[in-house]
Amino acid sequence: MTPEEQEEFIRRRKARNVVIGLLLMGFVILFYAITIVRMGD
Amino acid sequence: MTAAPTATPLPAEWRDFFALTKPRVMSLVVFTGLAGLLAAPGAIHPVLGFTAILCIAMGAGGAAALNQWWESEIDGKMKRTAKRPLPAGRMRRDDARDFGMILSGTSVFIMLVAIHWLAAVVLALSIFYYAVVYTMWLKPRTPQNIVIGGGAGAFPPLIGWIAVTGEITLMPVLLFTIIFIWTPPHFWALALFVKTDYAEAGIPMMPVVRGEKSTRRQVLAYSVVLFAVSLLPWLLDGTGLIYGISALVLSGLFVALSVPVGLRTTQPEDTMKPEKRLFAWSVIYLFALFTALVADRMVLS
Repeated sequence: MTPEEQEEFIRRRKARNVVIGLLLMGFVILFYAITIVRMGD
Repeated sequence: MTAAPTATPLPAEWRDFFALTKPRVMSLVVFTGLAGLLAAPGAIHPVLGFTAILCIAMGAGGAAALNQWWESEIDGKMKRTAKRPLPAGRMRRDDARDFGMILSGTSVFIMLVAIHWLAAVVLALSIFYYAVVYTMWLKPRTPQNIVIGGGAGAFPPLIGWIAVTGEITLMPVLLFTIIFIWTPPHFWALALFVKTDYAEAGIPMMPVVRGEKSTRRQVLAYSVVLFAVSLLPWLLDGTGLIYGISALVLSGLFVALSVPVGLRTTQPEDTMKPEKRLFAWSVIYLFALFTALVADRMVLS
């Protein structure tokens, strides 16, 4: 891998990890909300 | 550097995974799913309503990813689809398959635990129908593929409705039927004026297989049937006058625009204006009809 490729590799991996992290956080919040709502049923 | 460029492939961009879900198709899926959910009798908590729509969207995205995993070779042969992540070589095929499986599985699982078992069953069925029955089995085999594919697009309002009521009744089945009948004239109008390379890719599209004349007749025939079917929710007392009159006007225009498409033939140097008009109207039509359905329900309750 050239240094440029290396840089691109790290950039893409980081962007993907950020997106996955945000998605997981979103699901945590969603499941919390679902649980609260369904407990009231 | 002697290593081949494929030896250390770069990880795919997250945007390419997003593109795999066909976001533009998804917007229509979200709209019709939401309309079914809002038009259903009864109430659903906003959080659960949001979850149901999210599941429908994720299921559609997963099915779209599986569709592109299966069709990557065909997509590469057609200009319109050659730039998709797989044929353009920006992603590994297996990654697209896994992504599609995970999205599909997650959507069904969340629907099951958070909403209703029947909604989860129908969602799973719709994904299977699109990814396996349509994409893998019938699309490459029959010029009726668009009719069959219309079935896949017709599921969202049905699932949205079931998420609220927990049962399948006549009304959500009618909503399913409306989109099912709407799809062929919508798509064939487009196929008449867009010269695609489906033939080269080995997909038997109606205008290529049965000829233009037959396709035009079928567009007209389907739009007449659509006129009748779109009025059924009103005639069978499932909706009020707002929907009834809207359906009458919207579907009447649909038929009126289909008549010139159905009866004429393409001339040399044809601008295909009637076909373009019908296609543009077909998109507005679906949005307007389902908006009228929801408005009708809001006023009634």
